Amino acid sequence: MDAFLLQVLSGLATGGIYASLALAVVMIYKATHVVNFAQGEMAMFSTYLAWQLIQWGMPYWGAFFLTLAISFVGGVAIERIVIRPFESHEAELSVVTVFIGLFLILNSLAGWTWEYTLKSFPSPFPAEAYLGGYLSGHQAGLFAVVLVTLAIVYAFFRFTPLGLAMRAAAENPDSSRLVGIRVGWMLALGWGLAAALGAVAGIMVAPLVFLEPNMMGFVLIYAFAGALLGGIDNPWGAVIGGFAMGVLENIMGVYVVGTELKLTVALVIIIGVLVVKPAGMFGRTVVTRV
Amino acid sequence: MAALLEARELHAFYGPTHVLHGVSFAIEAGGITALLGANGAGKTTSLRALCGMIATRGEVLFDGRPVRGKATEDIVRLGVAHVPEGRGTFASLSVEENLRLGAYTRKGRDGLDADFERVYRYFPRLKERYRQQAGTLSGGEQQMLAVSRALMMRPRLMLLDEPSFGLAPLLVQAIFDILRAINRDEKVAMLLVEQNAAQALDIADHAYVLETGRVMMSGPSAEIRSDDAIRRSYLGY
Repeated sequence: MDAFLLQVLSGLATGGIYASLALAVVMIYKATHVVNFAQGEMAMFSTYLAWQLIQWGMPYWGAFFLTLAISFVGGVAIERIVIRPFESHEAELSVVTVFIGLFLILNSLAGWTWEYTLKSFPSPFPAEAYLGGYLSGHQAGLFAVVLVTLAIVYAFFRFTPLGLAMRAAAENPDSSRLVGIRVGWMLALGWGLAAALGAVAGIMVAPLVFLEPNMMGFVLIYAFAGALLGGIDNPWGAVIGGFAMGVLENIMGVYVVGTELKLTVALVIIIGVLVVKPAGMFGRTVVTRV
Repeated sequence: MAALLEARELHAFYGPTHVLHGVSFAIEAGGITALLGANGAGKTTSLRALCGMIATRGEVLFDGRPVRGKATEDIVRLGVAHVPEGRGTFASLSVEENLRLGAYTRKGRDGLDADFERVYRYFPRLKERYRQQAGTLSGGEQQMLAVSRALMMRPRLMLLDEPSFGLAPLLVQAIFDILRAINRDEKVAMLLVEQNAAQALDIADHAYVLETGRVMMSGPSAEIRSDDAIRRSYLGY
């Protein structure tokens, strides 16, 4: 197969990680109208939990699903305890401050608990490479895991009453209360889901980048760029944007700017989208009357 | 007849602003009660106060049980369907999803299909548009959707905030006719807030006239309609 096409494929695989994290960011954004800067650190912390469980002798998939469950509960708890007090104030700046606080706390807590040295993280997928070495076994496996995860999230929001209630609560909290939806709990569930999605991204990216407290920094930047590119208020736009960032990263890294400068591409896209089309490709332009 | 909902000396506040100054009214089970008055009289505020959407003082009894101070969703779950000012439809969701949300508090899916059919009987237009995004409906259709969503709850009481707002005169008459039919067939009580006093008095059994957060007068609709002084000073027709 054509080398270019193979680069695209391998980019799509890593893009799955950005897509999951971008979706998590958008889910929180739709409920709070603030970008959660701590999303990456929450994912990193979940990944450490998985690593710890595996170290204690748990089988890989057992640790994977237990970590997802713990992350879900942790996400709900963060919303209830830390974010809740600021929701009623409609002071977005205080929520941003809380996010930055969360970022610092989780980062330091992970470093303090597990130290800052690099740790290798196991992959459950075969070590052999496919397509003439362009696609590692782990990339192929993570691509499948991400697709299944996204399909489950999509089905949940599209076909279950609870998913519908969560979409309603994010769109119009007042009307949601008037049909009897407990809006506060819907927001908390959204945080739980976002945290679990982040955990999937963290656990899947860890074998590629090594485990350390700052491992999600660049992943989050790609995810932000993907979310903005697709439209920060459109979950499926963000997923497409995330995959697109994976492909773009590969193509630009190999053919245009080289590996050292490829993170710059993400930053250029962030600024470019904000300047040219802040709503992104699939987002809605919000017009406010003042 | 016993009162389904009763407000006693109800006060309401928007932040530091005192908007309702101790209003009292009662809604009979199965009846239609109108809440009339000019702009800023406190009609919408009264509905919001009943649903716990703003700060209040006083007493609200639903079915004889105190509900003031409860969370909005808990009051709704007792069978109170509020069709808010501006309709409050979920613009990005489909007509069908909006209706499904109306039935959110109902346990299980028993009778859900029958309820869709029931609602479509009142508003056949919605059946044609059930896949369409609610935000793309016309104003009249959105009003139909808002009333239908409330019906999906199988409520015991509907709070209707200006169902005629922004509609063409022909459509206003149609909406009022359907509201009367719903009241008759479903035995659901209604509290109707309207600026369109003539039409509201036509379908209501009982009416309260508000002015600057106080009840100025109340009585059977026929009595209020026939009192020229009230009509001219408060109802403006």
